[in-house]
Amino acid sequence: MSWVVQAEGLGKQYILRHEARARYVALRDVISDGIRNFALRMTGRDSGQRASIERFWALKDVSFELRQGERLGIIGRNGAGKSTLLKILSRITDPTSGRVAIKGRVASLLEVGTGFHPELTGRENIFLNGAILGMARSEIRRKFDEIVAFAEIERFLDTPVKRYSSGMYVRLAFSVAAHLETEILIVDEVLAVGDLHFQKKCLGRMQEVAGSGRAVLFVSHNMATITSLCTRCMLLDFGRLLEDGRPSDVILKYYGRGGSVSPAALDLTASEKQVGDAHARLMSAAIQDVNGRTIYEPELGQPIVVTMRYRILDAARLKSVPNFHFYRADGTCAFVAGAPNVEISEPGEYIAACRIPSHFLNDGSYFVGFALTSFSNVGHAVHFFEQSALCFNVRDPMDSVGRRHGYGGPIPGAVRPLLEWTVERLK
Amino acid sequence: MANSSHQIVIEAGRTERHYWRDLWSYRELFFFLAWRDILVRYKQTVIGIAWSVLRPLLTMVIFTIVFGTLAKLPSDGVPYPILVFAAMLPWHFFASAVAEGSNSLVQNANIISKVYFPRIIVPVGAVVVSVVDFLISCALLLLLMIWYRFVPDWHILLMPFFLILAVTVSTGLILWLAALNVRYRDFRYIVPFLIQAGLLISPVGFSSSVVPHDWRLVYSLNPMVGVIDGFRWSVLGGQAPLYVPGLVLSIEASMLLLVTGIVYFRKTERSFADVI
Repeated sequence: MSWVVQAEGLGKQYILRHEARARYVALRDVISDGIRNFALRMTGRDSGQRASIERFWALKDVSFELRQGERLGIIGRNGAGKSTLLKILSRITDPTSGRVAIKGRVASLLEVGTGFHPELTGRENIFLNGAILGMARSEIRRKFDEIVAFAEIERFLDTPVKRYSSGMYVRLAFSVAAHLETEILIVDEVLAVGDLHFQKKCLGRMQEVAGSGRAVLFVSHNMATITSLCTRCMLLDFGRLLEDGRPSDVILKYYGRGGSVSPAALDLTASEKQVGDAHARLMSAAIQDVNGRTIYEPELGQPIVVTMRYRILDAARLKSVPNFHFYRADGTCAFVAGAPNVEISEPGEYIAACRIPSHFLNDGSYFVGFALTSFSNVGHAVHFFEQSALCFNVRDPMDSVGRRHGYGGPIPGAVRPLLEWTVERLK
Repeated sequence: MANSSHQIVIEAGRTERHYWRDLWSYRELFFFLAWRDILVRYKQTVIGIAWSVLRPLLTMVIFTIVFGTLAKLPSDGVPYPILVFAAMLPWHFFASAVAEGSNSLVQNANIISKVYFPRIIVPVGAVVVSVVDFLISCALLLLLMIWYRFVPDWHILLMPFFLILAVTVSTGLILWLAALNVRYRDFRYIVPFLIQAGLLISPVGFSSSVVPHDWRLVYSLNPMVGVIDGFRWSVLGGQAPLYVPGLVLSIEASMLLLVTGIVYFRKTERSFADVI
């Protein structure tokens, strides 16, 4: 298929002024600096101690092609250059080097509700926001009912949006953007807001968009969303393009890049980040094989052990139950496993391990969340819940044990257990 | 909107060739932004429209008292309130356009850093809002004329021409100020001063016939002199004769302001999103 975006050696350089006290350049400072530098030069004391200027490449040498109908995900840490790349492609900012050719109209959704005005009603904001995103008035009018229905705000159409709940606000804003009919749709982490039901709806909509032959460029920190939505994924780090390939491969590389940290192990003992409350704290967690080695690509026929170390801090004498939450790449929950028979926990360190038998999980990526919940007669309390803390990828060796019978395609489902069967011929 | 076959190339350090074509395709956004500003303006304040009437009216009263009654400046036989108000109209248009326009980019920073469109839409949109205010004030002038039983002659038909001149002057200045305001954030402190000083050096409270004849050409370097004199001339007819060399000079000055404004704006526009 033909390309719609073709980038060659894109780079963006920002200049950081270290001495700058104010957030903005003020004319007052420019003038006084000018006079001071002039005076220094006159008196021969110009020793180069002017505000030190550091040049820094937010994006460097990025080349890629985006084809029709492709859904390209971009991942990377904060400051890796993802947003800069999107801004260049949306023509908000100019590249310092390189070039990019774009075929067709681009709609960029870098923020939910850009240009929404709180004083205006929902109806007025639909037109305003649509125009800002590049829709023609006739186009907005044609899709108006669809937009309103998608956002589920029919009753509040003539209420100023300042009276909307944040959920309604986001729904309306995304709905306008979702009805853009451009050849290229650029979306920055905007689905993180809004409730789950609506997020699902948005993802569906984006799949539809790409299905109709348009291209989607999508930035997210939510790996599950990336794997489920995108057909391809790029990993950026320090402004450079490190990986470009299948989403699950690239995501594993991304998790693997944090130094010694593997996607399948998490150690919080030495980190600044504290997960937990006054009662308990998460120390570390890992996905291991039966020998206690960290493993992130187990095979279907390999049992794995999910472990979590945590510390009980106070003597509240609660019955604290460790529980693990397994999510599929598309964000659906595969299952939740909680420890049975838990005693009252005294202060101290604990380790919880849960063995997942071989031939139970399906192949593909799983994201594991770690939680500690205590139950009492007044109800239950969650002491910590670290969602999608770890990730691992179950591989299917495609042998006969998996009961594929030569079938090579994907097998759907959150789990693929090996169950007891009987098949008999009836007389 | 542009069709699907159109292709753009973004390249480092190259000015865009399709800028003016883009501007055309974003014309609807231009109207929407102006429409938003007008809507918000009249929604937010209770006195809304009254505000655009009250301001020039009060200024007129003060000027009439100070310059007409106390300083006894000549009015060439025209009711002093009308003399002042005919000048007040373009001046108020100019002052509010410059005040709003020079701040418009910074005020719309959230849109500018998130969406692409030709940035020139924003400051020019602010001018449109001021034009609407101007038209409302025009109705006030009409009432004033009825009150003083003052009948204008055919000259009034030329008023739109001077409105265009006023738009040219303010757009030129706004483009400069708005762009400078993005770069140097303390520029907004200078703008009110400019407007205040401008009020005193423009013939608003007095007729420009009080300026010594030898100085009138120099005086007309201030493009607002041509605008205001022109308004007076079109409203008061023959009773406020037009100084043609001055007008020509003012037109030239305003064109220069507009052209340099566009050039400077275009030059700095590309970095707005980075510094705003």
